[in-house]
Amino acid sequence: MNSTLSSYGSKTTDAAPLALFRILFGLMMAISILRFYLNGWIEKLYLEPAFHFTYLGFEWVKPLGGFTYFIFLICGISALLVAAGFKYRFAIVSFFLSFTYIELMDKTTYLNHYYFVSVMSFLMIFLPAHKAYSVDAARNESIRFQFIPQWSEDAIKLMLFIVYFYAGLAKLNSDWMLEAMPLKIWLPSKYATPIIGDLLQESWVHYLFSWFGAIYDLSIGFLLWNKRTVWIGFFAVVVFHLMTALLFPIGMFPFIMILSTMIFLPVSFHNRILTFFSTAFRTKGQIFKNGKKYISKANWQSQGLKYVLLLFFVLQVLIPFRYLLYPGELFWTEEGFRFSWRVMLMEKAGYTAFVIEDPDKGHRFYVENSRFLTPFQEKQMSAQADFILEYAHFLEETYKAEGIRDPKVFVESYVALNGRRSRVFVDPKVDLTTIRRSLSARDWILPFEDEIKGL
Amino acid sequence: MNAFISFGQSLIKSFLAVGAFGLLLLLVSCDNGPVDPGDTDDFNRETMLVNWADNIIVPSFTAFQADAEALAAATDAFVQSVSQENLDELRQEWKDAYISWQNVSMFALGKAEAIALRTRINTYPLDKEQVDSNIDGGSWNLELPSNYISQGFPALDYLLYGIGDSDAEILDLYQTGEKASNYRDYLQQVSATIYSLIQDVVIDWNQGYRDSFVQNNGNSATASVDLLINDFLFYYEKHLRAGKVGIPAGVFSSGLLPTHVEAPYKQDFSKELLLQSLDAVQNFFNGVKFGGTETGESLDSYLDYLNSIKDGADLSQLINEQFDAARAKINELPDNFAQQIETDHIPVLQAYDELQKNVVLMKVDMLQALNVNVDYVDADGD
Repeated sequence: MNSTLSSYGSKTTDAAPLALFRILFGLMMAISILRFYLNGWIEKLYLEPAFHFTYLGFEWVKPLGGFTYFIFLICGISALLVAAGFKYRFAIVSFFLSFTYIELMDKTTYLNHYYFVSVMSFLMIFLPAHKAYSVDAARNESIRFQFIPQWSEDAIKLMLFIVYFYAGLAKLNSDWMLEAMPLKIWLPSKYATPIIGDLLQESWVHYLFSWFGAIYDLSIGFLLWNKRTVWIGFFAVVVFHLMTALLFPIGMFPFIMILSTMIFLPVSFHNRILTFFSTAFRTKGQIFKNGKKYISKANWQSQGLKYVLLLFFVLQVLIPFRYLLYPGELFWTEEGFRFSWRVMLMEKAGYTAFVIEDPDKGHRFYVENSRFLTPFQEKQMSAQADFILEYAHFLEETYKAEGIRDPKVFVESYVALNGRRSRVFVDPKVDLTTIRRSLSARDWILPFEDEIKGL
Repeated sequence: MNAFISFGQSLIKSFLAVGAFGLLLLLVSCDNGPVDPGDTDDFNRETMLVNWADNIIVPSFTAFQADAEALAAATDAFVQSVSQENLDELRQEWKDAYISWQNVSMFALGKAEAIALRTRINTYPLDKEQVDSNIDGGSWNLELPSNYISQGFPALDYLLYGIGDSDAEILDLYQTGEKASNYRDYLQQVSATIYSLIQDVVIDWNQGYRDSFVQNNGNSATASVDLLINDFLFYYEKHLRAGKVGIPAGVFSSGLLPTHVEAPYKQDFSKELLLQSLDAVQNFFNGVKFGGTETGESLDSYLDYLNSIKDGADLSQLINEQFDAARAKINELPDNFAQQIETDHIPVLQAYDELQKNVVLMKVDMLQALNVNVDYVDADGD
């Protein structure tokens, strides 16, 4: 066993796939940051709102006024440096930190694909992605290698495998498989889609998409990893993600996934692309074909690295299952919902009104949410319990400052999930100022009183 | 072996057949296009937009334009010849136009949004001090945003009912008072501004906006269906439910605000205005042709269609029942909301609660069913 592991540890592979992955990842990230800026989202999502929803334990991560633009600039430049492979370790660390900081500034914008980028860039800190086709390796012969350890390429593949497979597992529930929900809500509203707009109204199409989506997610990792089926798998990736790009407002994600999964394609494919671009840019791509193997030394650093990666993947495998520690329906309470590759899984809408009670005067009044929140923030807040609680605490502080000695905050909230009728979400009798933010189960959420079977 | 090969061949053939059939399906649906009016199985959103534009929005804007014109004419007649008779006439035209305004207030898109129509025509409570100081100083500019709270119907309410304790006193201010000509000018300009604002909007709808509205039939946050539904819900929640009922009844403040009712100087008019706006909202929901009873495609039939896909609760019926329940509660109130709030605000709160229930039904259940976009940002449903 130990010898298999150590022989796996010394196995090497061509550096081209990981190098191309680094280049494409860096470029896609730079484009994403630029797109974010051009859409005016930095202003709209981070500077305009008066209040920001934070992650537990990261309350200190806040937008920094005009300096926020600077963080995006750092992030964009780091992404370009990663692509170029210039000062790679520094660039990837800087990218990971700046990107993650941006994501932690406001929970409202949480997307699984942003988490994916953070996770991937964290992983890349530990990988020798700059040993070939990089400025670093071109300038410094001592770090130039044609072959790198197999595990470094496999780490990326394993991460991609986990993303898809867990997304597939999450779809194995009665709403998705038996009711075709939420696609039954989402697809009919895409009536203006060219060619297939009418088909999207059909019930059988909703089921077809649901089942195809689940089967795709569960099987794609196997298809890609198997040499004989890799091209079929990649074709499926392209079709699937172009379809989602057409139908859903998920921005760059489809293209990031299409380019990321290219790492599974044969080495010859990567070499052809890299040679093509080397010629196009009149650089000497041949210098990276030096036949040298980069083998991690048996020192404490590479031993430590082994444990870092091991721990990283153990956590990746376990974190999505943390919801099992909580009672109640996961989709309803969302305890342990994020960071679990539960992508495009439910349609949730809510309405949450806050009542401030002044116990000294016996007055009660409602809060005008638009005074503090943007429409997007209000929408996200209305159906998610952790948002509701954080906002309630913010209101407590706000009204204290406005002269109410000890305000109590109650909510009237209604949430509808996957096409069910709306029902009362938070217990209206609970004063939310008495509830602390924590990871413990939220007993102030009323029960779902329905069952979504499955994982 | 032969059997095996022929099995393989028939397998390939059936694959090809399925593939060809799939391709055929795509072509057929391409031929029909997404907006084929002959396609009866499918709900046609463009027909809904046409119904909204041609049968509801444009006719009600045009009707309001005529009422605003009559109001401006009656104002001219009054300032030229100040008399009790002309005052009565003007007051009647003001009431008619104010009622008529309730039919169009919710359509805050296109030109109406660009020129801040609703803000300029009906922001209340009025800044009475600013009106007084404008008249007192003898110069003003109603185009300035700082004057948006000193014009429109609320200003007329004050100028026709609030500036004096009796009609004689009011007539005196226009006729013989020290600032009589300023009063006449201000009154005239407020009425004329209402008329000119609505003229701009009607002209815009007739000169191209109607077509671009109908053609913008996609499903993004900037498509007509999404825009108008957002406007509609915003109006219902903020202006009808909160503005006309909730705010004066103290729902959003730590005390009662009876002076914040609509038309506080006329006093016994608030209920009629509220009922009209509730009718307008429900008629829009049901696609009722303006000034008639005939219905076309609108939110109710859209919900029914979507409901037939997912087999859920009959939302359109629930929402209509809730409109009716709210109307019944409002009908129990007296005409004078301000007085009712001062003496006993609980019945007004009860009416508010009934209106509120439809906010939940429409903002949560209906919006989910329609899958309307709130805003343009990346979001993946989690």
